[in-house]
Amino acid sequence: MSTPATVALPADPFPRGRASRLAAVALVVYVIYACAQLEVSWARVETGLGNAIKFFDRLFPPNFSRWELLVKGLGESLQIAVLASTLGILLALPIGLAAARNLMPPWATWPARFIIVAARSFHPVIVAILFVKAVGFGALAGILALTMASIGFIGKLFTEAIEEISLKQVEAIRATGASFGSVLAFGVMPQVFSRFIGFATYQLDSNLRNSTMVGIVGAGGIGGTLFAAFQRFDYDFVCAILLSIITLIMIGEVLATGVRAIFIGNATLRDLFRRGRTLPRERHLEDD
Amino acid sequence: MLTLKHLSKSYVAGTPVLRDINLDIDAQGITAIIGASGTGKSTLIRCVNRLVDPTEGEILFEGADLARLSGRELRHARRHIGMVFQEYNLVERLTVMENLLSGRLGYVSAWRAWRRQFPPEDIRRAFELLDVVGLAGFAHQRADALSGGQRQRVGIARAVMQEPRLLLADEPTSSLDPKTSVEIMELLAEVARSRGIPVLINMHDVELARRFADRVIGMAGGRIAFDGPPSRLNDDTLKTIYGGTGWLH
Repeated sequence: MSTPATVALPADPFPRGRASRLAAVALVVYVIYACAQLEVSWARVETGLGNAIKFFDRLFPPNFSRWELLVKGLGESLQIAVLASTLGILLALPIGLAAARNLMPPWATWPARFIIVAARSFHPVIVAILFVKAVGFGALAGILALTMASIGFIGKLFTEAIEEISLKQVEAIRATGASFGSVLAFGVMPQVFSRFIGFATYQLDSNLRNSTMVGIVGAGGIGGTLFAAFQRFDYDFVCAILLSIITLIMIGEVLATGVRAIFIGNATLRDLFRRGRTLPRERHLEDD
Repeated sequence: MLTLKHLSKSYVAGTPVLRDINLDIDAQGITAIIGASGTGKSTLIRCVNRLVDPTEGEILFEGADLARLSGRELRHARRHIGMVFQEYNLVERLTVMENLLSGRLGYVSAWRAWRRQFPPEDIRRAFELLDVVGLAGFAHQRADALSGGQRQRVGIARAVMQEPRLLLADEPTSSLDPKTSVEIMELLAEVARSRGIPVLINMHDVELARRFADRVIGMAGGRIAFDGPPSRLNDDTLKTIYGGTGWLH
């Protein structure tokens, strides 16, 4: 009589490393240690929740009486976001291309990669603090900070998109005797363009959100007004600002979806105003 | 027309894929290169237009040694050599018309290429060629919406748009079904004959080579093992090209 359990397998079919188990244990230990270190306790969460309820109570009803200040701040935030996105995308295109290792020699990719990594290493707020120190309070510091963030983000994603293209298509264009610029126009751009539009609209969206924040450190936009209202305990005005920011972000989102639908899905303007047409149309299966 | 002298290529030093190839391609007709996978057929064809750089040897084409060219001179030489690929290599997201016109990129500045400004004469020829390859009415379809056979027709049209003085074809029918393969070979042969373009073509299919080629070159182990008219292809010569006999019957 033989039981299945005693049948010796020739080898473990799913070998698991000891390293991954060790890593899981280490993570659990560290989480416990960090909680103890930072004095995270239930009692503090409880009193905090009480304060939060009081705070929410004072937020409502929102107070729009100082709407001029609100509109001015939002307008400045919008300007910061649009200018920073435009400038950032324009600069990120050549840098992202130069960093693509499948098209460019190492002497081009290394400096370009360095710029992208440098632009990505700090949060926009930290960069904004640096630029406020450099060029003074105001929107210029915010524009420069978000431009840098855009270069880092778009540059990195654009590089990755180029590195993933099919070189067969590029090879065919090269074989016709096309110059490098023409190879980019016909062999590379068509393959990355729709993804690029995706990054660009996402970056505009992200810059819009960040432009409402850089004001906290004095780099222009609605953030400064928000911070001042917080400090003066004008919570009803804070609520008005927050609601306005939400509205602005939502409008930006709708616009971004529209732009994507036009460029990626080949939708027309009229399609966008028809129901259920705002999403890019389905494409042929072998699209990617 | 095209002369290869002592052509060698090693991707890894010490393991040559092509060994001392010497070859003369006439100014007319279809020359088929057959041989087992991995014998360097593709490398040989790609050396001619320098998509692959040879390690040694000369590639004499219209009086110039292509192996020595670089930069603008190489691009100008490539304009006269059309190429058809096994997997078509169309730019998938561009329209059929844009793919055809990409055959003229060697004659158009990058600035004009970005703005899609091609001479009217090129555009007129592109529409004519679409007719010739049986895709009239497909001009504004995206390449990725086409079937394999249709794509290869676009691939051939793109190569012919170059008004090439030599046409290279790297296994142009290997991704197609038998019927479409014959149709594509017929189109390729017809287009080349009517325009007097010599064709150098790699193929897997011995029967297709017999049927369409004026001259067959058999490769084995990076060398030329057979060179003659298709009528001389028989069990013995196929044995020297592919090795073994079991697969023949």
